[in-house]
Amino acid sequence: MWAFIIRKILYNVPVYVGVLVLVFLALRVQDPVYQYLGQEAGQEQIDQLRRSMGLDRPLPVQFGIYLREVVTFNFEAQSWNQRGTEVGEILKRSIVPSLSLTVPALVLSTVIGVFISLIAAYFRGRAPDRILMIAAVLGMSISFLVYIIFGQFFFAAVPREAGLGWWPFAVQGYEPWIVFGEGGGVYPGRWVTYCMLPVMISVIVSMGYDTRFYRAVMVEETGRDYITTAVAKGATKPKIMFVHMLKNAMIPVITRVMSTLPFVVIGSILLEMYFGIPGMGREIITAIINKDFPVIQAFVAVFALIFIASVILTDVLYAVVDPRVRLS
Amino acid sequence: MGQRSEQNRANRTGAEGPVLSVRRLTTRFRTDRGIVTAVDDVSFDVAPGETLGIVGESGCGKTVTSKSIMRLLPDHVASYGDESEVIYRGNNLLRASESEMRKVRGDGIAMIFQEPMTSLNPVFTVGWQLNEALKYHTKLRARERRARIIEMLKLVDMPNPEKRIDEYPHQLSGGMRQRVMIAIALCCEPDVLIADEPTTALDVTIQAQILDLMNELKSRLNTAIILITHDLGVVAQVCDRVQVMYAGRVIESASAREVFHNPRHPYTRGLLDSIPKQGGKQKGARLPAIGGIVPSLWELPPGCRFQERCRYKQQKCVDVEPDLVTDPDGHARRCHFPLGTSAKLTVGASS
Ligand SMILES: Nc1ncnc2c1ncn2[C@@H]1O[C@H](COP(=O)(O)OP(=O)(O)OP(=O)(O)O)[C@@H](O)[C@H]1O
Ligand code: SF4
Ligand SMILES: [Mg+2]
Repeated sequence: MWAFIIRKILYNVPVYVGVLVLVFLALRVQDPVYQYLGQEAGQEQIDQLRRSMGLDRPLPVQFGIYLREVVTFNFEAQSWNQRGTEVGEILKRSIVPSLSLTVPALVLSTVIGVFISLIAAYFRGRAPDRILMIAAVLGMSISFLVYIIFGQFFFAAVPREAGLGWWPFAVQGYEPWIVFGEGGGVYPGRWVTYCMLPVMISVIVSMGYDTRFYRAVMVEETGRDYITTAVAKGATKPKIMFVHMLKNAMIPVITRVMSTLPFVVIGSILLEMYFGIPGMGREIITAIINKDFPVIQAFVAVFALIFIASVILTDVLYAVVDPRVRLS
Repeated sequence: MGQRSEQNRANRTGAEGPVLSVRRLTTRFRTDRGIVTAVDDVSFDVAPGETLGIVGESGCGKTVTSKSIMRLLPDHVASYGDESEVIYRGNNLLRASESEMRKVRGDGIAMIFQEPMTSLNPVFTVGWQLNEALKYHTKLRARERRARIIEMLKLVDMPNPEKRIDEYPHQLSGGMRQRVMIAIALCCEPDVLIADEPTTALDVTIQAQILDLMNELKSRLNTAIILITHDLGVVAQVCDRVQVMYAGRVIESASAREVFHNPRHPYTRGLLDSIPKQGGKQKGARLPAIGGIVPSLWELPPGCRFQERCRYKQQKCVDVEPDLVTDPDGHARRCHFPLGTSAKLTVGASS
């Protein structure tokens, strides 16, 4: 298994370097300094910024520096927009808030979605199945924004206005719930206050899509020959659903989870904006708006890394659940 | 196995009645086009140690018959006739509860399926899948079960069982997978083994090995076997009695000898004519196949279902559907003009 994992990682190293080359070049098609400073800037100002970012050096040298920053995960360049702040600093403070939303949202929506779809498939064609599927379609037909506004209003603003001091959810904002360094610690209460409502909204939004997809997967599995064999052996229905079927269904489930990852990330950018959470999504949007080249260049590399890591993780998970993958 | 084995031994020594009786089995499917009757009024018995062959072309209802016996067809599409009964140990399985069925499945009645490539669960090991059946039906402890699994794999001539037990289905060939299926089916020593075309998907040498194996197991464990096939050559090797099906119905039923040497239904005769004679030297010569195709269950003709392909057809065959008539010698056939007279045989041979 370890050999398999190492092989997968080695395969993906050149892929990642290729992606970095593309990103590196794409960001230099139009002069980033000129983009940032605009037409009125004087030549001296332009030259100075260019030199400070090393953009006057030959491309291979620039790429070498970029690569070194990525490999050491040490982004020393200063943000153009947030003067005096290193890019690495911005990355460090925004990564935890982002993961505080995406990881729980992804895990919860997958677990709940698979569970509901098993129930629906178990009662296939009967009332519980019908009701769940109607609910799923209804859920899908409402926009993300409606859920956000509705959630903020009824689950945060109204109870707070009504003077319920103990009410856990804030309308907006963020306080670090994991604090590093001296005097640091973990404050789950803060996570509940600022992250739980957006996570719940994100889960509810994806629920309709997920359950419909997973139910189709489960229904397809129920028709397989190995299920008939299991029944013929005398297996109980729960055994068949939760052991035989579920392990086989994990293959499409993993594919689905990994393929929705980009949407989860984009979705959490929206959530970060609306809930005022200082995550990576919000940082990169701010950077793009302000043409903050050093931040964009570093963040894109990190996003690409996350994607490649999830591709590797997908392959490893496949190998865990599906013995056929392990050998090939 | 457990509680049953005492009873079994008693059964197996005394004068024995059938261990399984299928009475007037009718199986219908609800489909988008309406209700279709895939199995129509099928009856038969099997006694311990006996092998019953069910023969017929593709689509005649062999698999549906066997899955009906174990109630393996999906509830929401399949239904059974009001008079239909599958009697096992005094119980009508068609009316039994799910929990009663679970005790019968795999323990009293076991089945080997047509598709060895897809019938095993791809994500569990061979040992796991055998262990499952033992866990449901025996009180053996984990280590005893493992010993028994290895013993079963040896019994079905699996090479290298200590290693194979931890392998996955995709690491096995079709023949080996079918052996695993047989081991699963036999590990709880069932009273009845239903083998649905156990060799069709396999190549000829493996076929012969698997059939030998089933024969041997039958004599050792006194299991009743229902062997489903469309290959009369296979039937000749292993069956005591044969039931020929056509378009959902039984059209001939007799001892294997009788069916081979004295077929009375023109369809059976056609099937026999289409098997290559053993030792025959005309390998390249085309065998006389039965012309035409099985009628669709949706467009069954009135009268005899075989009429469109029958060279003995007369007006009566179109007007009246023949009943399954049992001749005084116990040979049953569903035909107004059964073969067996020399005159008819001559006609058949000359054309
Ligand atoms: N789930 C189902 N719904 C509707 N019709 C079905 C279903 N299962 C089987 N049938 C029909 O029942 C008929 C008998 O099928 P069956 O599988 O028993 O044939 P068979 O004799 O086993 O053929 P083969 O030799 O190809 O295995 C076929 O016409 C088939 O289309
Ligand atoms: S009843 Fe008539 S048509 Fe049918 S098999 Fe007999 S002879 Fe042929
Ligand atoms: Mg079949």
